[in-house]
Amino acid sequence: MTLLGKLDWSAVPFDQPIIMGTVGVMIVAIGSILSWVTLKGYVPYLWREWITSVDHKRIGVMYIVLALVMLLRGFADGIMMRTQQAIAVGGAQGYLPPEHFDQIFSAHGTIMIFFVAMPFVIGLMNFVVPLQLGVRDVAFPTMNSISFWLTASGVLLTNMSLAVGEFAKTGWFAYPPLSELQFSPGVGVDYYLWSLQISGIGTLLSGVNFVTTILKMRAPGMSYLRMPVFCWTALASNLLIVAAFPVLTALFAMLLLDRYLGFHFFTVDAGGNVMMYVNLFWIWGHPEVYILVLPAFGVYSEVAATFSGKSLFGYRSMVLATMAICVLSYTVWLHHFFTMGASASVNAFFGITSMIIGVPTGVKVFNWLFTMYGGRVRFTVPVLWTIGFMVTFVFGGLTGVLLALPAVDWQVHNSVFLVAHFHHVIIPGVLFGAIAGYNYWFPKAFGFKLDERWGKAAFWCWFIGFHLAFMPLYVTGLMGMPRRLQHSDVLAWQPWLLVAEAGAMVIFAGIICQIVQIVVSIRHREQLRDTTGDPWNGRTLEWSTASPPPAWNFAVLPRVDGLDAFWAHKQRVLAKQELPARQHTYRPIEVPKNSPVGFVTAFFAVVTGFALIWHIWWMAGFGALGAAVTLLAFMFRAKDEVEIPADEVALFDRAHPVEVSL
Amino acid sequence: MNVAVEMDAVRHGELLDISEAGPAPKRIIAGFGFWIFLLSDIVMFSALFAAYAVLAKASAGGLTGGQLFDQRNVAIETALLLLSSYSCGMMSLAINSQRYLATFLGAAVTFLLGSAFLALELNEFQGMIALGATPQRSAFLSAFFALVGSHGLHVTVGLAWLVLMMVQLSLRGFQDVVVRRLHCFSLFWHALDIIWVLIFTVVYLMGVLP
Repeated sequence: MTLLGKLDWSAVPFDQPIIMGTVGVMIVAIGSILSWVTLKGYVPYLWREWITSVDHKRIGVMYIVLALVMLLRGFADGIMMRTQQAIAVGGAQGYLPPEHFDQIFSAHGTIMIFFVAMPFVIGLMNFVVPLQLGVRDVAFPTMNSISFWLTASGVLLTNMSLAVGEFAKTGWFAYPPLSELQFSPGVGVDYYLWSLQISGIGTLLSGVNFVTTILKMRAPGMSYLRMPVFCWTALASNLLIVAAFPVLTALFAMLLLDRYLGFHFFTVDAGGNVMMYVNLFWIWGHPEVYILVLPAFGVYSEVAATFSGKSLFGYRSMVLATMAICVLSYTVWLHHFFTMGASASVNAFFGITSMIIGVPTGVKVFNWLFTMYGGRVRFTVPVLWTIGFMVTFVFGGLTGVLLALPAVDWQVHNSVFLVAHFHHVIIPGVLFGAIAGYNYWFPKAFGFKLDERWGKAAFWCWFIGFHLAFMPLYVTGLMGMPRRLQHSDVLAWQPWLLVAEAGAMVIFAGIICQIVQIVVSIRHREQLRDTTGDPWNGRTLEWSTASPPPAWNFAVLPRVDGLDAFWAHKQRVLAKQELPARQHTYRPIEVPKNSPVGFVTAFFAVVTGFALIWHIWWMAGFGALGAAVTLLAFMFRAKDEVEIPADEVALFDRAHPVEVSL
Repeated sequence: MNVAVEMDAVRHGELLDISEAGPAPKRIIAGFGFWIFLLSDIVMFSALFAAYAVLAKASAGGLTGGQLFDQRNVAIETALLLLSSYSCGMMSLAINSQRYLATFLGAAVTFLLGSAFLALELNEFQGMIALGATPQRSAFLSAFFALVGSHGLHVTVGLAWLVLMMVQLSLRGFQDVVVRRLHCFSLFWHALDIIWVLIFTVVYLMGVLP
């Protein structure tokens, strides 16, 4: 055992031009951003206002930035696979060797689920939930910062695997025995496990934080059935996080024990049980689908109601459907592996539950449709994404009902039919919702709207590109094409794969439109500026404060006496034709103090994770000690809050006069 | 701008329901949040329990639970842990009435009982390893050491936390934040008892069934 464990120069793949090129670009990009920030003197600002911030709005924005950056990485992986499959047919071998292709599909799945979809929805919840609840922050603001930075640690470790060592070649769920030391002796699986363990702790803490926030911190008068639907879906999603992520933590701990200490949970010898891994993985994995989808459903509900100028149709049934999905999501996990060999009655049970869970989802779709029906719908960018979602998701759901039949599932198991299906539900079900939410709440976060034209162009590219990219996979799947093929000999698939490749290109155009959209919007921010705080004629409390909101969100906590509290208020103002008198006394407000503890802990978490991956034991000890000391120092900190004087609150509040847009 | 003020003005009637009373006090939020965390911890244990249940008979020709478990030792461990919960409860009462001496005494007794439990558990592990029943021997033993060891690890963390809290208490006195943390500690300690009762039943009692 050397000082650096398994790490030496052979870990860096100098002979792989594609990887080294990517690494080079990443290093140049990160290096130039860092030096630009340093030269411009932005470091103290970033440190003070963002890195050490425990403000839920700032943390939410950072989550979303993280998700958008990782979307680029995950998409790059996706389009590389599409290209390889489109050209590597018959005699042609393509440009990706098998061991590289295997890492790419594993990284694509891992990144898209854990580091795009998760941070995106958690970011939206962070930004929106406390504002919609009419409170000043989440229950545990510093823990929130720790959550974010631990997620970022996981992201960093996953990306480090590109340059130093390798990533898992096992698929994004790392089934044993392939992921056991015997068959994956490299560091790839260890990168996978440690980055997900570290970011998983962050996610779990987020879940605890939001459940507590939603259940214990709401504005006066906001009973459960007066909460906006997005808060309900956030509650359901976070309950699922609290109840599902610990299973993943335990499962990965078992696999780590197998790999590091020679335990026999999932080995092929000494009584290990491979299928136990698969079962436990999907006991986490299926609720995870709903952890991601439910907040997106919440976004659609807000968007549909706001832009139709009507209250949401069937609020109570929406709440009921959300909570029904929350519970039912634990009863369907076995449909991910009907081919396990369980008895016909077991498969039938899970087949039926899988169809039942479609019912509350159907209820929701009808609710959105009836919300729009008879409303004066404004076709803004968020609405386009919402309608696009409804059209696409219903078809994706139908293919899901097909797959819920065990007999059908056996035929298309592990084929690209399945790949088409889950992209067909997760892209509209999560990503469309996240992007709709990003367009919808952007003006709240920054005080100016995003450019509509580029936003619409992005939507159409994504919408058309999505169908081009994934519909052909249903066909080739039914023709018998297995997933994860680095090379195939069946020429009949190639035309379809070329269409899919073209679709990926169109999606790429959509992503470029999104990048242009943000650049154009920032440049034209003065034209796009919203001074009212309520650019969409919104219904919920987040639109009742300034954009961007002050650190304390609300100078006085709003009092709520019904659904759509802000809308009701505007209606009353309209009825009276005058604005009520303003309060003259402001009280000082305590806000949580900034803290570097999240960033520093995450730094040590990366050190520890890296050391454990490479078996550098002294460094792992050092990292763990560092993290422990950081948390201890936090525990002994004298003061957790700073007080904002009443004058400052009053000054801000008076500088942002009430301008109810009607 | 802030329209919260105006909403205040137009509100009719008084608050009727606890769910409409506005944000809960910090003490409630901290305790509730910690409860949610404990629930997640219990879910983690449930995965370990599930793994143990699946692998309990997979001894791969090695020693089985019936041959390894010493009922007397486990009975003493259980008694120690349950007693430590009692002393922890006494400590909570002392905290509520802000009595230093009784608090430190309760903490010391809890610490001693917890350490004795841990010593017995480590002794048991050592004995098993000496017999060749290591976690590397069979899937059953892997699951056993992971499940019981995780509980032991939690007890260890609890002991360290208790020491820390006593240091904080002596430095800061019964400040709100210290009391909140002590309250969370006692929740944690009692939750470990619940887990142990399940381990006692599922691992040790059912393990020696003929």
